[in-house]
Parts: sequence; structure tokens; C-alpha cells
Amino acid sequence: MKVSRFWAWATFIVGASYFFIPLIATFEFSLRMKRGEYSFEAYRVVFADPRFQATFGYSVVVAIFTILLGVLLVVPTAYWIRLRMPWLRPIVEFITLLPLIIPAIVIVFGYIRMYGSNSPLPFLASVRGTDVLLIIGYATLALPYMYRAVDTGLRTIDVATLTEAAQILGAGWVTIIGRIILPNVLIAVLSGAFLTFAIVIGEFTMASLLNRPAFGPYLQLIGANRAYEPAALAVISFAITWGCMSVIQVLSRFAPKSANNPN
Amino acid sequence: MADPFLSIQSVRKSFGNVAVVKDFNLDVDRGEFVSFLGPSGCGKTTMLRMVAGFEQPTSGTIKIGGKDVTYLKPNQRKVGMVFQAYALFPNLTVAQNIGFGLRVAGKPRAEIEARVKEMLGIIKLPDFGARYPYQLSGGQQQRIALARALAPSPALLLLDEPLSALDAKVRISLREEIRSIQKRLGITTIFVTHDQEEALSMSDRIVVMNEGRADQTGTPFEIYNKPTTRFVANFVGTLNVLKGTVVNAANGQVKIGDDTVMLDSDLGGRKAGDSVSLALRPEAVSLGRNDLRETSVAATISEVHFLGSVIRVRAKVGDNSVSLDTFNDPSAPPPSAGSAAEISFARRDLMVLDD
Ligand SMILES: Nc1ncnc2c1ncn2[C@@H]1O[C@H](COP(=O)(O)OP(=O)(O)O)[C@@H](O)[C@H]1O
Ligand SMILES: [Mg+2]
Repeated sequence: MKVSRFWAWATFIVGASYFFIPLIATFEFSLRMKRGEYSFEAYRVVFADPRFQATFGYSVVVAIFTILLGVLLVVPTAYWIRLRMPWLRPIVEFITLLPLIIPAIVIVFGYIRMYGSNSPLPFLASVRGTDVLLIIGYATLALPYMYRAVDTGLRTIDVATLTEAAQILGAGWVTIIGRIILPNVLIAVLSGAFLTFAIVIGEFTMASLLNRPAFGPYLQLIGANRAYEPAALAVISFAITWGCMSVIQVLSRFAPKSANNPN
Repeated sequence: MADPFLSIQSVRKSFGNVAVVKDFNLDVDRGEFVSFLGPSGCGKTTMLRMVAGFEQPTSGTIKIGGKDVTYLKPNQRKVGMVFQAYALFPNLTVAQNIGFGLRVAGKPRAEIEARVKEMLGIIKLPDFGARYPYQLSGGQQQRIALARALAPSPALLLLDEPLSALDAKVRISLREEIRSIQKRLGITTIFVTHDQEEALSMSDRIVVMNEGRADQTGTPFEIYNKPTTRFVANFVGTLNVLKGTVVNAANGQVKIGDDTVMLDSDLGGRKAGDSVSLALRPEAVSLGRNDLRETSVAATISEVHFLGSVIRVRAKVGDNSVSLDTFNDPSAPPPSAGSAAEISFARRDLMVLDD
């Protein structure tokens, strides 16, 4: 008993140090911009940088549109598969996993070939078009997380019976999805949304190759040219990601309450 | 005769090669309460879902109020439905659940509020509007589901085993409540159940279903006392089946065990020497001679169960086993197993079963 307890703690401490020491070191370094004292000078410089504001703002807007696109795409799809085509589920699950297997760089080169200015669908011919393509690309990257989150949410409700109950009361598909299905999987959708947000905020490859002014390429640029600011940015990025994760944790506490549990 | 309100004509339904509902015919009058009764898997739910519009018949016609709705979508039928699993919307309050149909129909807010209040009164849960489904017991949830189905004033109410998930006490009180609300609103209702007691106690008429067919349709009294098929006779209530041989078809003489009895009923074209199955309800048989039951046959007591006020006796008549109930008489000990006895019954209570 005592011995196993000891080893459990030992493993935990080793794991935690592996994770925390670089983080703490980075944080400590980020505070040393001013010679001889700890200060948040690096953070002040970062936050004051107009390029930080512009790229961060750009990425937040792109993340929001990505989430909207993801929800519009995934909720009806996952719902329809649960309701009418359960045999299709393994196939769709496999497809949603592809973005984890295919590197983003492959996807983006595919985009550049497919949607160039001379192609039938010239997304890349205009700046707006490129933004749209970036959002579509991000929605693809977020697909594995979004689909799984929504599908898990749908598992907690009796999709078929609730749909029929709404139908017989006169509801059409938009009402059913908007007023019954979506609200009941909202917590799951929000977890998927925050995961998407975390992914989009730090993404580099797609934004860089499509030449869009996103936060990821900015991080890379600063990292290559400055000393203290990259450390501050790394800590900020971590804080954002952790913030998103804790929001997901908090949200999942509320989940069981909305579940349909006839006793 | 007025046209029936709901008319189901020659409806069949197959899933792949499996015929689940076969040649189903039924006319239901306005305001009538009709039950589909049958064992699990006999096609009750499938037939009900075709009336609701969730399934389409392979062939046949369904008319509601004279209008052919066979291929109409469920949300265009103005039908209310209550499900076994309640199926309340978990994200909506009780009041929002009840008002859902009216909201979808675009009714003004004030009208919805008034109707929700009225429905909450009808189901005797006036103060529950602000609660969520997960805060309610099963019985309360099912009453809300009933109110939700009735709020848009549907022309037809469908209930699919609405009481099966509830415990016995709630089941019985809700049974009475559903029936009284149905009578008060005069709404045409189809009630699906596998519980014969439910069907017998609630319905104007019962359709007994067997393997996708409507075996017999009739009032609870007819179904119980005059079953026309062996399946119905067996499924509804307890039944004693006596095998006999026709002695004389013209005057209805049948030999059962060592005795010959006379029948009132038609022997259905059987001739002397043919075998015939006769059925008797336990309450139509008494032990010993009885002034009101003119026919007696010799029997041997095989089992005696003392249940308090009632004594359940099994007796052998020839190869047949007959079960009967007698009241406990404090001044006389119950019969003992193995002893010889006479049992009597009235010949008008004997039912001839189609084989
Ligand atoms: N969608 C379906 N696909 C295939 N078979 C079905 C389907 N729905 C019902 N069945 C079959 O039809 C038969 C009757 O089912 P059901 O109508 O639910 O019976 P009941 O409600 O009387 O218990 C069952 O054998 C069931 O397996
Ligand atoms: Mg059923």
C-alpha cells in the first residue's frame, strides 16, 4: 500500500516536472526583460505591439467563423447520421479523422493547386476568398474534435424519439435542429468550439502558406527576431489554451443536467 | 351511419421481406377510445406509427376525418402522440414543452400562455410550469407529455404504451386519469398496450392483434366473454380449454371426458366424431352442483391453492385441466387434492373455439 502510493507520487512528480519546468523557466525568462529585476515589461511590449493586436484580432475573427462553419456542418450531419444512417457512422468517423493523419501542409498545397486564380473555383484570387478558404481549412482541421464532441453529446439524448415528438407537434427540420437538438447538445458543441478556438489561434502552416496575417505566423516572426517577447507570447498562448480547456471542464459540469433521463 | 372519423383500410406493412402488419382494417368513430392489444412484437407500434405518419404502409389507405393521409408527413396530420419514454424536451420547461406545438404553429404568446395554464389545470399539475423535466417523477412527466400532445387540440390522440415505464400504483391512477380526460375532451384516441387489464378497463373497443393481424375487434365485454379465436380467448383473461368430441351435431351434443353435454352454440359445421375445443372462463365454473348452472360433469381435484378470501382449484375432467375460483367458506374446509368432485357450468357460457 505505502510503496505503491510512493511510486504513484514519484511518477506524478516526474511527469509534472517534465511538463512544468520548461514552462516555469519560460515564464521566469519572460520576466527578465529589464536588467536586474523581474518585470512584466516583455508583456507590456507585446500587448502594445500593433501587429500583436492586428494578428490576434484576425485570428479571433477567423476562429469565430470557423466555429460557426463547424457547427453548421457538424451538428446536422452528426444528427442525421444518428437518426437515419447509423451504418454510415464508421465511415464518417474515419473521414473526420483524416485531418489528423494528413499534414496541414499537404492540405494547403492541395488548396493552392485546386483553388488558384486560374481554377474554376478561384478562392485565392482575392483576399476575402483566401480568408474564406482559410476558414474552410480550419474547419477541416477542427473536424475530428468537433464531430466527436457533438456525437458524444447526441448520445446523451434519445434523438429519434425527441425528433418524432417534435415532428408530431408540427415542427419542421429547422425547428427541430435549432430548438431541440442544438440546445440539448449545446455543452458538447461549446467544448468543440473552444477546442477549435485553441487550434485556430496558434495555427501556423495554413495561415503562413496562404499568406494571411494570423497570430501563428506572427508568433513565428517574433520568435525568430526577439529575445524576451517570444517567451511572453508562449506564456500568453498557453494561458489562452488553458483558459479554453478550463472553460470546457466547467461546461461539462453542467452537461448531465440537460440530459434526458426518464427514471 | 355517420362516416368513421379514422378509417384504416387493408393496410399492410413489410420491413424487407418480413410482413409486420397484415391486412389491417379498422373504423374508429369520433370520440371513441380504441385499444390495440397484443403481445410484444405483434405490430401494434408499427400500426400506430403508420397512423402518426412515421411509417408509410406498404399498401392500403389511412383516412382521418374523411381525408386520405396515407402519405402525409407527421407534422401535417394534426395528431397528438404520447410515447412510452415520455420524450419531453429536456432543455425546455414544462410550460414550454406544453406550449411547443402552439409555438410551432405561430400562435400569439397570450393564447399559448392561457392554453398552457388550462392544460396544467386539466392534468392537475397547476404549479409545475417553471420546472424542468428532470425535476419530475415518471408519472408527472407522462402527464406533461399528455398535456403537450393535447395542447394544440389535435383531432386524434395516439398513445404507445404510455404507462409501461411506470410503477403499478401510478399506472392505475394514470389509467383512470387518461380515460377521464379523454372523455371530457371527447377526443378520438388510440391506445397501444400489451396489458389486457389496461385495455379492458379503459377502452370503448379493443382490437386484439396477433402476428400483425387484427384477430378480433369488439367491446371489452365482447372480447372477454365472446372471443372468436383461440388466440384472443387465451390472450385475454385466463381460460380453460376443454377438448371434446362431437356426438350429435344437430342438437349440439359433445362428449367431454366421460360425460356428454349439450351446447347452445353453433358447432361451426363440425360433424359427429369431429373434435372440438370448448372454452370456459374460471368464473363461469363452480364446484359442486349449482342451481344456475345446469350442466355438471365428473372431475378430480388436482390442486388447491388457499389465497385467503378466494380458493383457486384445479380439477381434471378427462384429460382436460380446469381452473376455477370459489370463495372461502369459514364453516367448510376447502376440498382436498385427489378427491372426486363435480363441477358445473351453464352451457351458454361454453365458447366454441375456431381451431
Ligand atoms: N424499422 C423496422 N425495421 C425492421 N423491423 C421492424 C422495424 N420496426 C419494427 N420492426 C419489427 O416489426 C415487428 C413488430 O414490431 P412492433 O410494431 O414494434 O411491435 P409491438 O409494438 O406490438 O411490440 C417486430 O418484429 C419488429 O422487430
Ligand atoms: Mg410497441
